[in-house]
Amino acid sequence: MMANVSPRTDTSADGDIDDKIPAFHNSDGMIVSNASERSRDQKTLRRLAQNREAARKSRLRKKAYVQQLESSRMQLTQLEQDLQRARQQGKYISSSGDQSQSMSGNGALAFDVEYARWLEEHTRRANELRGAVNAHAGDAELRIIVDGILTHYDDIYRIKSEAAKADVFHILSGMWKTPAERCFLWLGGFRSSELLKLLMSKLEPLTEQQMLAITNLQQSSQQAEDALSQGMEALQQSLADTLAGSLAQSNSPGNVASYMGQMAMAMGKLGTLENFICQADNLRQQTFQQLHRILTTRQSARAVIAINDYFSRLRALSSLWLARPRE
Amino acid sequence: MDMVIDLASKKAAVIFTKSSCFMCHSIKALFYDLGASPAVHELDQLTNGKEMECALQRLGCNPSVPAVFIGGKYIGSAKDIISLHVDGSLKEKLIEAKAIWF
Repeated sequence: MMANVSPRTDTSADGDIDDKIPAFHNSDGMIVSNASERSRDQKTLRRLAQNREAARKSRLRKKAYVQQLESSRMQLTQLEQDLQRARQQGKYISSSGDQSQSMSGNGALAFDVEYARWLEEHTRRANELRGAVNAHAGDAELRIIVDGILTHYDDIYRIKSEAAKADVFHILSGMWKTPAERCFLWLGGFRSSELLKLLMSKLEPLTEQQMLAITNLQQSSQQAEDALSQGMEALQQSLADTLAGSLAQSNSPGNVASYMGQMAMAMGKLGTLENFICQADNLRQQTFQQLHRILTTRQSARAVIAINDYFSRLRALSSLWLARPRE
Repeated sequence: MDMVIDLASKKAAVIFTKSSCFMCHSIKALFYDLGASPAVHELDQLTNGKEMECALQRLGCNPSVPAVFIGGKYIGSAKDIISLHVDGSLKEKLIEAKAIWF
């Protein structure tokens, strides 16, 4: 009898000659395959099972990956919100003079950020001025840019004054300036008298009247600088004397009280440092303003550019220094 | 107040200070450097120093020291003196009051 050849789904690609052999019914009426067909069935079943397992594992991995992506996305959104909030708070802190408590911890950092921002804007303005001068702009246009720059200088002095209230030692340290600039540090900034000396040659031709006025200005600012330096030295000496005095005490109760008293006195002395920074900055501002009263618009423009060039070079020197190869 | 005005008119350049004030030290140094010989009155060393300090405050001196008088007139505190020196006015006033000659 001819057996029914039932079509079997066979995923194998090999053209097995066994495929051609039909199944045949035994006496029970069951379709019985021969040994090789049986093993092929098992192989197929095994393969199918393995495929199912692989697919299941793949689905699980994909699910895990997607879950991870989603939680990262939530984290990122949260971080963005925090940053936004912190930025807003940071702006509030740096613009308000009363936030001395919140400033004290990050006062130095806040100032550094403000100073960097101010410097970036100043550089932009100086480049604008340079461009205008090179393009042979008229006096009126130059005047507008120069006046803008002078007004912009007032901003940093105001910011510096607030920062000195919060952390006078940070301003005094000059750590907010680059290393090479710190070389020339005097009472938390540059010396106007030295800057004027540098400018003299760059501003020619000057009228005799202008020469005299600038020479006098240079001398006056130097005298004021020396006077402030002497006051600082007196402060340092006095502070040292106070602290040396407290060292001479033994540990008896009466002397502890005197120690505290001397510490209180020393604290008072430290408190006057802010005034010295304030006066030094005032000197810088006044000297700058007086200079621009003496100069013509065109000379003022050259002065601003020359000063910007000089400090840019100092900052470039600092970068080179910091990047130098070390043994 | 009378004491303050009286002392202020006694010399061309008069400065009220305190021995504990270091900014006063700076302003004194500046005057010496300019060749002026100011009369210096240290309020914490004077018996009626406290009253004089109050008088200076009533005149508008803030901080009370250093308080600089030239030709009997109140000129200002440290910040004013430095500003006036930078624009040349301080020397003018000193010459006018005959505290210096050049």
